[in-house]
Amino acid sequence: MPQIAALQINLAVLLPAFAMVVFAMFVMLVDILTPGTNRGSQNALPWVALAGVVVSALFCWWLWPQQVQSFQGMATSDHFALGLDLIVLTATALGILLSTNYIPQITNQVGEYYALLLLAASGMMMMGTATDLIVVFLSLEIFSLALYILSGLQRTNPRSTEASLKYFLLGAFASGFFAYGAALLYGAAGSTQYSVIASTLSSGAGNPTLLYPGMALLLAGFAFKISLVPFHMWTPDVYQGAPTPVTAFMSVGTKAAGFAAFIRVLLEAVPSQQGTWGMALAILAVLTMTLGNLAALRQTSLKRMLAYSSIAHAGYILVGLVPGTAEGADAALFYLFTYAFMNIGAFAIVVALEKAQADDALQNRAAGIADHWPMLAFAMAIFMFSLSGIPPFAGFFGKFFVFKAAVDGGWAWLAVIGMLNSAIGLYYYLRVTVAMYFEAPGDESAERRQSSVLRVGVVIAAIFTIIIGIYPALWTGLFSAGLGG
Amino acid sequence: MAFSIPDLLSIITFLPLIGAIFVGLVGGDNLKKQLTLIITLVTFLLSLMLLVNWDNSNGGMQFLENHPWFPQLGINYIMGVDGISLFLVLLTTLLMPITVYFSNLYVNEQVGLYMVLMLLLETAMIGVFLALDLVLFFAFFEFSLIPMYLLIGRWGGVKRVYAALKFFLYTFAGSALMLVAILAIFYATGTLNVMELQKAHITGALQTWGFLAFALAFAIKVPIFPFHTWLPDAHVQAPTAGSIILAGILLKMGTYGYLRFAIPIFPEAAARFGPWIAGLAVIGILYGALVALVQKDVKSLVAYSSVAHLGYVMLGVVAMNMQGVSGAVLQMVNHGISTGALFLMVGLLYERRHTRLLEDFGGLWKSIPIFCGFFLVVVMSSAGLPGLNGFIGEFTILLGAYLKSPIFAVIAALGVILAAWYLLTAFRKIAQGPLTNPDNESSHLHDLRPNEVAMLLPLVALFFLIGLFPNLFLDKINPSVQQLVEKPAVVLHLPEPQTVKAEQ
Repeated sequence: MPQIAALQINLAVLLPAFAMVVFAMFVMLVDILTPGTNRGSQNALPWVALAGVVVSALFCWWLWPQQVQSFQGMATSDHFALGLDLIVLTATALGILLSTNYIPQITNQVGEYYALLLLAASGMMMMGTATDLIVVFLSLEIFSLALYILSGLQRTNPRSTEASLKYFLLGAFASGFFAYGAALLYGAAGSTQYSVIASTLSSGAGNPTLLYPGMALLLAGFAFKISLVPFHMWTPDVYQGAPTPVTAFMSVGTKAAGFAAFIRVLLEAVPSQQGTWGMALAILAVLTMTLGNLAALRQTSLKRMLAYSSIAHAGYILVGLVPGTAEGADAALFYLFTYAFMNIGAFAIVVALEKAQADDALQNRAAGIADHWPMLAFAMAIFMFSLSGIPPFAGFFGKFFVFKAAVDGGWAWLAVIGMLNSAIGLYYYLRVTVAMYFEAPGDESAERRQSSVLRVGVVIAAIFTIIIGIYPALWTGLFSAGLGG
Repeated sequence: MAFSIPDLLSIITFLPLIGAIFVGLVGGDNLKKQLTLIITLVTFLLSLMLLVNWDNSNGGMQFLENHPWFPQLGINYIMGVDGISLFLVLLTTLLMPITVYFSNLYVNEQVGLYMVLMLLLETAMIGVFLALDLVLFFAFFEFSLIPMYLLIGRWGGVKRVYAALKFFLYTFAGSALMLVAILAIFYATGTLNVMELQKAHITGALQTWGFLAFALAFAIKVPIFPFHTWLPDAHVQAPTAGSIILAGILLKMGTYGYLRFAIPIFPEAAARFGPWIAGLAVIGILYGALVALVQKDVKSLVAYSSVAHLGYVMLGVVAMNMQGVSGAVLQMVNHGISTGALFLMVGLLYERRHTRLLEDFGGLWKSIPIFCGFFLVVVMSSAGLPGLNGFIGEFTILLGAYLKSPIFAVIAALGVILAAWYLLTAFRKIAQGPLTNPDNESSHLHDLRPNEVAMLLPLVALFFLIGLFPNLFLDKINPSVQQLVEKPAVVLHLPEPQTVKAEQ
């Protein structure tokens, strides 16, 4: 029978994500098998989780030369998927380095924390592999559920529980939108599989009354996950309320996963409709960049400022998607890669400046830290300059490629708005350097201490932020999938 | 030639950067200071190798280096130097040891960071003048903002934070659109190599919009009136070394940008907007001079004089003839050393009296004659006294401007008189008259020490060298300028009658 003959299941596709799941189980086992809240066993947990990241990365490396399709084309492990895996793994590894000292201070459930972190990462990695709307939906739920719990991890802190509930309620809505959109698209094209949808639509057979509402609902679902204006409302509250290492991890991971799946849908399922969604995305990009930057200008909490800044960055990345080119998709992925280092690096400094209990008015806490910890301030300055897109730091080339894709695709005006926005954004990033370098240190500065693991994380992030910026050619090869081309 | 060093340009550019790492690592403020001074001196000596091996007959790029930087896209690491950039590089490498030496004497807070920033700044500035790939240039151009921002904000005067932010935001916002223009050029021509772009013909809307984007970025940097408002704040609030570098070198990035990028890449648009820029330059000359005339603070007087002086440079640049452009290039160097020396003297005075208000001084000639003698020479150089450097530059520029459009030259010449007026007024109020304020007595004020004279001597020697033997410099500048003005000359002559008509 032909259907059976076509049946192909190649589990290799799942290996990177699968490794994360296995190590999540392993973390829980280690946690359970050591009695009580033994500090020794807790200290081992992050390293077990980190080992999972390494194993997963090795699987990615093994898969790199191959192009594996599996489950009748529902999942594909190509360079695009592996590129996303790399970003998510980076975010996870840096997230773990941020957590070692911080998480035991706010909760006893350290085992659950690392297990959930790995599970969330596995879901995120699947988002890039998915070439079917059903698989996207499953992956979306896997990582979202883990993140709902993670953001409410600090149960004694009302902000944290509020963040969790808010994220869950709005996230559930977004998932609903997504599922509805997928259903309508199925109605329009007769399949949930990208390649089938694409061929149906390009032959003109799709049902437009179902197609356009379906695309709009899918867009709303994705827009929520990658916090595009006007679906961004949850972002500042959740970012501020969630434990800082979780915020750091999800600010990059969710965005990368959401964008990756979104890019695949745009370029592999509905590329023929670019005339329709191109303009819609352009408008969303303008709104997202501008609103994100303007709102960030007004923030007094460093964490909240970074939340709005992450909204603005989603806008910049979206600029790359507007022309619907392979170049833009690669640029967006490269941007997310640079963003992983500079943004998690910035959050690492927030962790260092934060005491476990209070999290407000971090701008005050940053005052004068250049006097006490010159290296820490220096690293933060690098992250801030990189986020504002000043060469020779990684963030500059992130913007460079995204805007280049827009200009090449005939959307130069969008690049103009993007650059004007980065000029606005510069102001609030500079405010952090003003506090660190130009203001007198507060009283409490001297008493803070950071863990050495955290310092390693900061140094790694800073080094990568610099070397990616100085020699981007070394890295762009990892993000040249040539999707849809 | 004597002997040549391979990759000399890269060595000059990145030696300070590598030095900065060592300065950051070694301990002890004194060691950091000495090491920084040695690094900048070695960089200066190495840069003299450019003169040793210079080929006067070659108007093109010399010491070219071309390595792939981003081969997939065709972005290359291209460095080269011609007659236009040669003296700007030498100006940078000369002013750095002087400012570092000044800082060694007077900066005692957070010395390590300060010295590291100075060295990073030197790398960025030299890179700007040597980069021949648009992205490479842009990277140096933008990076130079960071160390200067931190220098102003950390070691500056009372309003330092405001001034530093304004400086950074203005310049960054101005260059934001330039990046889009660079991307558009890249898309249209497929290259970012400046030498190739000067031959490429960019057509249509990009010719206009591209030029405007570049022109805006550089206009803010120069600064051309009315984009100058960041300058008085930054100059006055910056520490002395920062002011010297800002006025001496950073402003030249703008005028240099016009000569290297905006005008050669977009010759037609440049010709079209040339009269407008010339008009703004002339307004800047008069405005800067008039505002300088009423300043009470001698540092802001020098700051506004920069607006006026850079107006001359811009007037020469947009004249786009041999005299105008050669004069402009020479005047960039002149302004660098004259205004650098002025800020240095103001700094020396400030470290002695901790005031910069003109009314606090008077009669200093009686108490500190050596200082006043040097001050007079510097003032004369800045005012354009014949026999000194400023005269040669201004005269050639006015000649070029007159050939292009007499009306601009005539109005601009008024600025020469105004310059003499405000500079001599400042000199009179500081050095001459009765010595009324007891703080200015020689018992309170120390005259220039030998080491301070040593800082000023190279600059003063250059005043005379350029003033008396300008051809030593023009011989190297002219061939490159000739290449620059001859290529677009055909295009440039066409709209000339219209523009003259429009002005009358």
